Amino acid sequence: MVGIMSYGAYIPIFRMSKDIVSNAWGTRSMGVERSVANYDEDSLTMAVEAALNCIDGEDRKGIEGLFFASSTSPYKEKACSSILATVADLDSEIWTSDFANSLRAGTSALRAGLYAVKSGEVKDVLVTVADCRLGTPRSVDEQIFGDGAAAFLLGDSDVIATIEDIYSVSDDITDVWRTDQDNFVRSWEDRWVLINGYTKNMKAAISGIMKRQGLEPKDFAKIVMYSPDARSHIGLAKKLGFDTATQLQDPLIKTVGNLGAAQPLVLLVAALEEAKAGDKILLASYGDGSDAFVLQVTDAIEDVKKKRGVKGAIESKMMLSSYQKYLAFRQLVSLPEEFIKLFPSASVIWRTKNWALSFHGSKCKNCGLVSFPIQRVCFGCQSRDDFEEIRLSDKKGKVFTYSLDNLAGGVDPPTVQTIVESEEGGARIYCLMTDCNPKEVKVDMPVEMTFRRFHREGGFYNYFWKCRPIR
Amino acid sequence: MGNIKDKVAIIGMGCCKFGENWDKGPEDMIIEAAYEAYEDAGIDPKDIQAAWLGTVSAHWIGMGGLALAEPLKLQGIPITRVENWCATGHEALRNASFAVACGMYDIAIAVGFEKLKDTGFPGLGVGRGMHPVMEMRRTAPSSFAFIATRYFHTYGLSPDEGKETIAKIAVKNHRNGSMHPKAHFQKEITLDQALKAPIIAWPLGLFDCCGNSDGAAVAIITRADMAKKFRDDPIYIKGMGVSQNSMMPHFQPGFEWTGFEVTRNASKQAYDQAGIKNPRKEIDLAVVHDCFTITEMIIYEDLGFSPKGKAKEDIDAGTFALEGELPVNTDGGLKCFGHPVGASGLRMSYEIYKQLQGKGEKRQIKNAQRGLAHTLGGHPSVSCVMVYGNSLG
Repeated sequence: MVGIMSYGAYIPIFRMSKDIVSNAWGTRSMGVERSVANYDEDSLTMAVEAALNCIDGEDRKGIEGLFFASSTSPYKEKACSSILATVADLDSEIWTSDFANSLRAGTSALRAGLYAVKSGEVKDVLVTVADCRLGTPRSVDEQIFGDGAAAFLLGDSDVIATIEDIYSVSDDITDVWRTDQDNFVRSWEDRWVLINGYTKNMKAAISGIMKRQGLEPKDFAKIVMYSPDARSHIGLAKKLGFDTATQLQDPLIKTVGNLGAAQPLVLLVAALEEAKAGDKILLASYGDGSDAFVLQVTDAIEDVKKKRGVKGAIESKMMLSSYQKYLAFRQLVSLPEEFIKLFPSASVIWRTKNWALSFHGSKCKNCGLVSFPIQRVCFGCQSRDDFEEIRLSDKKGKVFTYSLDNLAGGVDPPTVQTIVESEEGGARIYCLMTDCNPKEVKVDMPVEMTFRRFHREGGFYNYFWKCRPIR
Repeated sequence: MGNIKDKVAIIGMGCCKFGENWDKGPEDMIIEAAYEAYEDAGIDPKDIQAAWLGTVSAHWIGMGGLALAEPLKLQGIPITRVENWCATGHEALRNASFAVACGMYDIAIAVGFEKLKDTGFPGLGVGRGMHPVMEMRRTAPSSFAFIATRYFHTYGLSPDEGKETIAKIAVKNHRNGSMHPKAHFQKEITLDQALKAPIIAWPLGLFDCCGNSDGAAVAIITRADMAKKFRDDPIYIKGMGVSQNSMMPHFQPGFEWTGFEVTRNASKQAYDQAGIKNPRKEIDLAVVHDCFTITEMIIYEDLGFSPKGKAKEDIDAGTFALEGELPVNTDGGLKCFGHPVGASGLRMSYEIYKQLQGKGEKRQIKNAQRGLAHTLGGHPSVSCVMVYGNSLG
């Protein structure tokens, strides 16, 4: 039976109190906090996090399709799904595709992935979705939007939830949009959007799928609905006949914010974390229409609950110390120009991607020494080209030594530079540390690797790995 | 394998005033140092048969020997430009020495310079990365902060103890530098000042870091058997060593980060040539690569002056002070001269040369017969050690 084999989620470590935004502008606080991607994160890096969280411990060989969905892809032309497949160290014989331009991009990718598996043409499909949308400074959106990602591994065996049915409606309505010339999300008058966009389309899809399946609200353990804010989904659920106290998934607006295209699928992960075998879940997304899904949870659900997922990611957080940092992180203010330039080179990255992106080290077949980056001549025995490549991205390590550098510049000084000793054969990895409180960095501190955006010299994005304290 | 000992002599040296030489170009500094050296050696520029130039960043005139040919009008003779990270100045002298020792040239000149203050960058930033995506934002302070952090951890020094120990090196070097008219910084500092200075790269504060200065220094050499024709007190090269390890020791499995094999290897080469068995007893003074105070502390151990992990005891005992058992950085070191990269090895040699001739002025140490100059460069990946003596044998 076709369904979900594993899930993953990612919420960036930084949260911004909505009060610091309202204080900065003299506006009303929308309450509590939202997630904020670090300065070195974007939708691709967050999708990588969710994907690696999802496939941790899973067989990567069976993955024959990978979709990346986002309304905020770092590229207008270039497939992030292909970057992601390389970073996740998947086979090159894989169907990669990007889904874009809509809050429904994530559920569209999910639907396409399920159909692909169902067709029997591809074995497992990894679906990722991430968003990092910008609300106009001072707007309510700025307080309500959040950043995050989710991933699902789809297949036809050992599934934790089967997909019983999928039902979609499409509706052309210019309610929330961004043209190719906009940085910030725009919208029409909110009452009209709520009544004629959100409520009408969600109702159509949810009622439609229940009718087709012959199901009633009471048949569901949980309904997971996209919600543009902390309230709209409640009124809608009531109208549809659900018990909002017991059946409604919290949209997490007050803890992580509205995650855009990623929201319904992050919420689905949150619902699966609480689910038990036999539960029926109704999922509905919104954006120029609506996609509705009926899922049935299986006994295998208990096997994946150890993952960090949404609950773990929400609990692991650091508060952003100021609104100015948010502006700097999103490049909404100009910081001093970098004095020292790097040399960008697409061809250098291309020929070194086995270590630069897939993060392979080399293990000497002669003396066993593990080195990073891949060394043709062994540090230990000088034997030539006698090694196997070994993946280090999923190995933990410890800080061997570090420095907190105030001279090195960057968006969020001090720069934390570290030499990490990997648990994989003691390989040494020289890298920056991110998502940390510099004051808490110590020798022997346990760390894990994380894929991050570095710079845009050469006019393209340069990504590499950093370490972070284990979340 | 041969031995350089007593084959080459330095017969003249020059050194310009180091500092923020806004009003001087590299050519002005080279001219100032070279004409001091000509006069010191008693030679005419036309006597020079070959030249070696050490500089790491003479980009504006290419990377060849023209940066030396142009200001000194050294035309028609071979000029070779060398570069080997922070050992560059030493490398100019070392390579010139081989040419003289083999009998190819009677008189050669070695010049080192760097013009850092025209770059617009206030410190020794080495680059944001070595590869388009490996943007480590490595600065010189962070590279050596790695060492301080690991050394303190390994030898059980609390951050306060560690910082106080290295601060004593800053105080010592600033005191020595206050007595050198060519130093960039000529002011003494207190321990308290050093400890309270702003942090540049934890745990290193401002006074743990050397300055960012311009400078040039020059040596004129000849065969040892010809040296007395030029002066009564030539200084002889007793040993020279250079060693490299990894371009990026950060990735080298097992790299200790509490000491440097490159210094140990380079000094072993030089000691073997010079016949030195016990450096602490047989070296009278040393001018070493104190790019950071922690570096000088580690160097004491790598050069064999202090046992491994015990440098603190010698620092506390004042062993390396001007009046101590083995004075180190009698001219104030990089702490007071800054580190105009290509010039530093020759500037260090200039101090040894003067001390061995008894011309150390207020800084003159007693009974100076054998001195050592040491550079350490890269991440750190390169080291050069030169041993000089004031008599043959």
